[in-house]
Amino acid sequence: MTDQQPETPPTETNLFSIKDCALVALATGKKTRQLKEFAKDLAGIDTASIYHHFWGGLLQPRFEEREYNNDFAAWVRHGIHDGVLAEQLAALDPTTFPDIELLRQEIIDLVDTRLDEAEYLAWARATQQFEFIRSQIVVFDTGKQLQKPEELAGEMASLSTSSIFYHFIDARRRTSDGYDDFTDWLASFGGEYETLREQLIGIDPYFSSLSELREQLVRLFSTHFPEVSS
Amino acid sequence: MSLLDDYAQIVGSDVIDHLRQLTRPLAGAKLVHVNSTRTGGGVAEILNKLVPLTRELGIDTHWEVISGESEFYECTKGMHNALQGNRIPLSDRLLGVYEDTNAHNAETLRPTLEDADFVFIHDPQPAPLLKYCTNRKGKWIWRCHIDASHPYRPVWKYLYPFVAPYDASVFSLAAFSQEMQHPQYLIPPSIDPLSDKNIEVEPDTIREVYTKYNIDPERPVIVQVSRYDRFKDPVGVIHAYHMAKRFLPSLQLVLAGGGAADDPEGEAVLSEAEAAAGGDPDIHVLLLPADANLEINAFQRIADIVLQKSIREGFGLTVTEAMWKGKPVIGGDVGGIRLQVVNHHTGFLVNTPEGAALRIRYLLHQPGKIKEMGEKAHAYVRDNFLITRHLREYLTLMVAHLSGAQDRIEVK
Repeated sequence: MTDQQPETPPTETNLFSIKDCALVALATGKKTRQLKEFAKDLAGIDTASIYHHFWGGLLQPRFEEREYNNDFAAWVRHGIHDGVLAEQLAALDPTTFPDIELLRQEIIDLVDTRLDEAEYLAWARATQQFEFIRSQIVVFDTGKQLQKPEELAGEMASLSTSSIFYHFIDARRRTSDGYDDFTDWLASFGGEYETLREQLIGIDPYFSSLSELREQLVRLFSTHFPEVSS
Repeated sequence: MSLLDDYAQIVGSDVIDHLRQLTRPLAGAKLVHVNSTRTGGGVAEILNKLVPLTRELGIDTHWEVISGESEFYECTKGMHNALQGNRIPLSDRLLGVYEDTNAHNAETLRPTLEDADFVFIHDPQPAPLLKYCTNRKGKWIWRCHIDASHPYRPVWKYLYPFVAPYDASVFSLAAFSQEMQHPQYLIPPSIDPLSDKNIEVEPDTIREVYTKYNIDPERPVIVQVSRYDRFKDPVGVIHAYHMAKRFLPSLQLVLAGGGAADDPEGEAVLSEAEAAAGGDPDIHVLLLPADANLEINAFQRIADIVLQKSIREGFGLTVTEAMWKGKPVIGGDVGGIRLQVVNHHTGFLVNTPEGAALRIRYLLHQPGKIKEMGEKAHAYVRDNFLITRHLREYLTLMVAHLSGAQDRIEVK
């Protein structure tokens, strides 16, 4: 027996479980070629569909930077061919809306305002159909559990992009403060990791691909825990 | 080494782990797939590998095939074409044969189907089976592989009461989906990298194919692999070849197609293609047996460029196969080809023989582009269109139905 007290084992609540996910898409059956009809469909569409059209694109394969960060703006530009509304819709950042209902209302307001400004848009027929899609998310437990944020610094580079999606994007609709899972976990250690937490909150996920986001996170954690990453 | 281990070497062990995790909630479940042919066509090809792979994951999986007389296939071919937009009225007599054939098949299949936890019915041919299995206990899913974006309405109206009572349906693209009350999943099909059609081919086999079909290995070759079906536009491919040939006199064209047991129109379209070829020794119009998978594989590897100039297409697995072999694809700007051919990255989308001819000339003058696009095409298929992704989405659908089709499903 030694005089040294054993370290307090981490509690379940303090463990961070690394998860992964996959999205499977579902058609809602709503398709449109007209802006007016689009606004009408949008008013009644499931919030899961609005979420999908803002964030689902991150998990879709692509070769080029997305011109617009949501499917609505892309359709208005390439289907309806209205650059004004496309830019206004593209400027919407879902992270600045406390909930999807408010985001939905903002989109409808923008479309209605534009329909008032440009009368021809009320009858213009899109060259491409817009299809409202929603998705189901399947979450997998990788079996990996972390006890301290230092360990996350070592793991970050090997996380899959879908795992980054789950912990950094999907988390925003699960966590009480609307941040990511990493930020949430750091808060559970009291003020110990406050600087890192604030910097994580400062990362804007809207303009990066998932692999770019992962690189940003790797850099941030490496800076904070140089002894782990070196 | 197990089949799953073989796939893990191609797609990574994390992908296989995901499949295993998704299978856990399905322990003890019985799954049955039903279609109308065991050979020929994309559906049979997918099931040939999907079924053993699902079994290896521990799910009791069966594959049943319905059968009928020639009038049944005449009706279902007409139905297939009508769903793809052709105005083909189907006579009451043929529709009577369609229903009677399903009723007859149901007599044999009923015990298996009614006992299953999940039944996947592929395409319209066996769709009425559900109606004849009144004591079914499981979830029934209608898997539509067809581009049904603009169906001939009278035929869709006839088919709707048969498919509407299903628990869910699956389409390859959102554009193909229809207004229905049940959930409509969007699951593109896939290829099997370990099948004879897609495995690496020995150089000897390639040499044999050159010799057997009298193809000159020193001259450029363009290839279209598909059934002799008007929607695949083999005659349009020959027109494109003629236009490109004026600028590239050494060009050779291979049209390699098989027949499918449920396709009675193939012979007529083959004759049209032969007539359009007009005896040109550099055009090879080939009718290959259903089991000529290694030869098809070799043709796709021999090709400098692969074409799939369809004017309607459900998905276009031959596009996926060609891309997996590192070939750029010039494809019709329709259906699932749009999902795979990314302009200037994995190939080109075209609308006319003229468009195809232009891209043939462009690529054959830019060998560097052929290589670059081919590499991107291979990676694109690896990440998105292999059978493991397909199976993951089917398992997800099944788990979702066990969990009450919620938007969020957590598996341990």
